[in-house]
Amino acid sequence: MSTNPATARRNLLFKDNFESFAFILPAVIIFSVFYIYPFFETFALSMQKWNGISLHRTFIWFNNFIDLKDDKIWWNALGHAGYVTFIALTLQNALAFALALACDREIRMKRFYRVVFFLPPVLSEVVVGLIWQWILYAGKQDGQHIGLLNHFLDKTGFSHLIHSWLSDPDTALTCIAVVHSWKGFGWGFIILLAGLQTIDRQLYEAAKVDGAGSWRVLRNVTIPMMIPVIFDVIVLTILGSMQVFVLIISLLGNGLGDHTDVPVTRIFSAMTGTNQFGYACAQGVTFGLILIFVSFTFKKLSTKLKQA
Amino acid sequence: MKRLFCVVLGIFLLTGCAKKPEEQNTITFWHWMTDRQKAFEELAKKYEEQTGIKVKVDLYAPSDAYTQRIIASAQAKVLPDIYGILDKKEIFASFIDSGFVADLTAEFAKDNSEWEKAIFPKAIDVNRFTEGNIYKVKPGIYGVPIDVTNIQMLYNKKLLEKAGIKKAPKTFDEFLAAIEALKRVGITGMVSGWGELWMLDCFASNYAFNIMGEDKIMATYRGEVPYTDPDWIKVFNVFKTLREKGAFIDGIVTKLNKYSEQDFALERAAFSFNGSWCVNVYKDMNPNLQYGAMLPPAIESTFPLKIWGGAGSSFVVNNNSSRKDKAIAFLKWVTAKEQQAYLAQETKNLPSNRQALSSIPEILSDFAGVMDQTTHPTIWSHNENPLVAERYIKGIQSIIIGEKTPEQVAKEVQEIKEKELKKLRKE
Repeated sequence: MSTNPATARRNLLFKDNFESFAFILPAVIIFSVFYIYPFFETFALSMQKWNGISLHRTFIWFNNFIDLKDDKIWWNALGHAGYVTFIALTLQNALAFALALACDREIRMKRFYRVVFFLPPVLSEVVVGLIWQWILYAGKQDGQHIGLLNHFLDKTGFSHLIHSWLSDPDTALTCIAVVHSWKGFGWGFIILLAGLQTIDRQLYEAAKVDGAGSWRVLRNVTIPMMIPVIFDVIVLTILGSMQVFVLIISLLGNGLGDHTDVPVTRIFSAMTGTNQFGYACAQGVTFGLILIFVSFTFKKLSTKLKQA
Repeated sequence: MKRLFCVVLGIFLLTGCAKKPEEQNTITFWHWMTDRQKAFEELAKKYEEQTGIKVKVDLYAPSDAYTQRIIASAQAKVLPDIYGILDKKEIFASFIDSGFVADLTAEFAKDNSEWEKAIFPKAIDVNRFTEGNIYKVKPGIYGVPIDVTNIQMLYNKKLLEKAGIKKAPKTFDEFLAAIEALKRVGITGMVSGWGELWMLDCFASNYAFNIMGEDKIMATYRGEVPYTDPDWIKVFNVFKTLREKGAFIDGIVTKLNKYSEQDFALERAAFSFNGSWCVNVYKDMNPNLQYGAMLPPAIESTFPLKIWGGAGSSFVVNNNSSRKDKAIAFLKWVTAKEQQAYLAQETKNLPSNRQALSSIPEILSDFAGVMDQTTHPTIWSHNENPLVAERYIKGIQSIIIGEKTPEQVAKEVQEIKEKELKKLRKE
């Protein structure tokens, strides 16, 4: 019995589609289970009052979000994360760009520098926190400063600058931002260096033939060519810095009053300290939306600048 | 070939999913105490030799991470046979309410309450829910304390001597005078792990009991006394006074207890506010450390100064475990005199079994001697709303760093309290 050609085509198409779907099915399942389901579950929890253990959950609509709107500590924490991000965007990325530029040139031992600059990001944040805790330690033994920084200041005649770096509200957050930048600049360095190496060398040679100096080459060739990469680094820095958490815990334990609170420590505190799982989820959802908004804004800005 | 592959895969899946026969004779025990892992493993080995029951001792440290693991395991319903709940009484109640914890009342009552009588009553109380408790949990005993603890002030004998102080201070004024004397010879006064907020809460609570007594504290928690009350201001003022006298080591508010223990063991401060577990820690850090334990010096004489104490580490039995009886039997064995004496010797912690007290080291006797003066939030009739408690502790941190006055902190805490009370009334 011969098969109708239309049916055969349909069967073939179905087989084709089935095969394609079968191939992506594992990925879809994994994505659904580990990303889509938790997202909806988090959103559902954000509208409930629940202590994380009890069998009783109370549906309270958007009350958690309304509470969050009036939570000054939360908004301050967001401001603190913004400050850390600002330091990272300026100090960390400026340093990363400068070092990437240096390593992009023909200098001696550039491979060695690349490895050294990429060491901090490889270290665990807990280890970094503990190392810096020792560096910034403010205690004394037998009249001698134990912390490396204060000891150095003492021995070099800058004893007036000696400080309780992590216990002073005026310096604690800046210390976190600086340590975060120290740890994170290696990522920016690697990405920017990779970007620099994709720039056609002929452009530099042409600029030089036209009599452009180093500064003009940087301004008119390097930076315009690097715009997409710079924006990617900016977005990654924002996402990484806004979510700083482990470093704060390892440097300061539960923090210094409200002065070192950032959104993730507030979420963690709502979950574990005050057992408000619903509220913590509302914080998480809000924070996620803020980050998505910021990322898309920068993406759009990057596209516009590229077109210009 | 395909068929063969399917058959092999099928066999692997079936054998992999089947319950191993020896699993019924293996109980799992999760704890968080790094310093006791070796001793627990030894006990587990001994228990297997005696009974044939294998005890799998799993360590998850530090305690914060352990708490997270327990909560996540409860949510996923994969709790071990024996575990600890290191959380507020309210959360303990939720575990019971959700059916995760076995009621051990009948076990404790067996043989004319022999088991219950052997253990320090204060340690049992931490695991007890009394008639009419605010959490509406069925009255009973739900946990087994395997050691007891209390938190006191420790003093370094050598450093006090160096400052010309002959005796450990008994009153707050004597304590301040000692701080002055220590400062004169360049010795830091006091250290504590107040980067861990519960330790700061504990110190503040000691003075709250001393200044206003338990009834007034509970009345505050119920919303009947405001935090702006002069007695609460006095409590906040303790920290202001200590700060102004320069009593604290630099960075005390962000110091984790592990580092504060290091500071005291390495003689960087003369006093330390720490728990009885420190005996084991100091022994490892500085075996030559000469120190003693004393109650934090009282300010008032109307009410006794109460310190936190009771059960050091308590364990509960998973109510849904098919090996529930075996788990209970193991806990009974661990709290028996012989095993308790072994644990006290090995870990330098106070045993929960009173009969094992005779075998404790000398310094631990200082701790054991004041067990009658202990209290703990888990045995109070009321606990403060966690949001208010958070503001209260962070407020004290602000006083210590000189950022806020006691009056400002009292006002801020009271504002949160009123907001939470309003919410509660609405509900």
